[in-house]
Amino acid sequence: MAYNWNWAIFLSETPSGESTYLGWLLTGLQWTVTLSLSAWIIALTVGSLFGVLRTVPNRWLSMLAAAYVETFRNVPLLVQLFLWYFVLPELLPRGMGDAFKQLNPLMQQYIAATLCLGLFTGARVSEQVRSGIGALPRGQRNAALALGLTLPQAYRHVMLPMAFRLVIPPLTSEFLNIFKNSAVATTIGLIELSRQAQQLVDYTAQPYEAFIAVTLMYVMINVTVMFFMRRLEQKVRVPGYLGGNPS
Amino acid sequence: MNDAYDGYGFDWSSIPGALPLLAKGLSITFEVTVTAIVVGIIWGTLLAVARLSKSKLLSTAAAGYVNLFRSVPLVMVILWFYLIVPQLLKSVFGEGIADIRLASALCAFALFEAAYYSEIIRAGIQSVSRGQASAALALGLTPGQTMRLVILPQAFRNMLPLLLTQAIILFQDTSLVYVIGLSDFFGTAYKVGDRDGRLVELLLFAGAVYFVFCFSASQIVRHLQRRFVK
Repeated sequence: MAYNWNWAIFLSETPSGESTYLGWLLTGLQWTVTLSLSAWIIALTVGSLFGVLRTVPNRWLSMLAAAYVETFRNVPLLVQLFLWYFVLPELLPRGMGDAFKQLNPLMQQYIAATLCLGLFTGARVSEQVRSGIGALPRGQRNAALALGLTLPQAYRHVMLPMAFRLVIPPLTSEFLNIFKNSAVATTIGLIELSRQAQQLVDYTAQPYEAFIAVTLMYVMINVTVMFFMRRLEQKVRVPGYLGGNPS
Repeated sequence: MNDAYDGYGFDWSSIPGALPLLAKGLSITFEVTVTAIVVGIIWGTLLAVARLSKSKLLSTAAAGYVNLFRSVPLVMVILWFYLIVPQLLKSVFGEGIADIRLASALCAFALFEAAYYSEIIRAGIQSVSRGQASAALALGLTPGQTMRLVILPQAFRNMLPLLLTQAIILFQDTSLVYVIGLSDFFGTAYKVGDRDGRLVELLLFAGAVYFVFCFSASQIVRHLQRRFVK
């Protein structure tokens, strides 16, 4: 197999002349990170809310939360993304649908991908939050209530601060997943990291360099996230708990 | 926002005629899923055993493999294999391989899933108590026999729900072969919808079908979990 390696390709100019190929990759990296972080905010918010709802003593609320989790866990991410991007704008009231379609394409892709990834991951986060709350000794809740806290107060000041610290390890892996899953946005045309890899293949005919560089960037994201999550985990460790992994 | 909602005019009529095509797509989805489960579990078991072995070289190599695959998005892995596999096939078989897309997808999923299965199986092996291995060795079994006849069967049993859950995730993930243009169930649904201008209906239909499959499968797993695992 005679393949001409040419690592200098990253420094050469793109056809449009306004950037280098490395510049393209970095823009892709930027989109991957932006998309993942904004989706993560949604995932944490929605996930915590529904995770709590699954544990409250109200049948309807916990059923609602269960329905959310089951729906978003049992439909492939790619299908969900297409539903957000192609189907939802058609089903919305006409004014809203049209407003969405008049945004510039990049914005449309970004909004659809963020909502999709956020709610998809939110379903997983809510399961972790629920298991974190479930792993707490029942006495904590009862003690909080006995001290005169209301149920919402018991959640806010006693159970959630404990539960979140216990579920940092599984949440870390969901956080890592969101970066990996963000690559699915390539299918609706968002120019994130893996899309740039494909684009470089088309433009430079140096597929191996492009793929290796992008793969390394994903590995770098992984290492960085792990590093910060470990730090966080150590910082908020509950004294007296060993690993703190409920299961 | 002020406009009255006049609704979307659903028209499901292109689905019945497309059912044979969709069934063919579904069979490809299952082909990829089943191959990846079988190869993934076999290769994943070998990786797990290698990772726990005393040989530093083996365990480092296995750990490297698993960590690499687990830190890269599946989309990238599928694209990687679509880049490498056709060239390999060409150099081994010469030109004229019937379905390069399918071959690459099968390789990608099998090797990718092996990394995930190996982590599950490793946890399974570690969940078997040490006394079991000591007892087997004391009874005169070789280390290989101990692993094969004593440890692994229990590890698989303990991990059955997780192995099945991973299979459900895998089934959903096969839809990603869309990125290399392979017409699995989802790819076919998309193409039909695009062709007939009925993307909305076809995508909703595809979503519903995946939901029915995955929801029923996860209910079965839940049931098994209650019965088998104490």
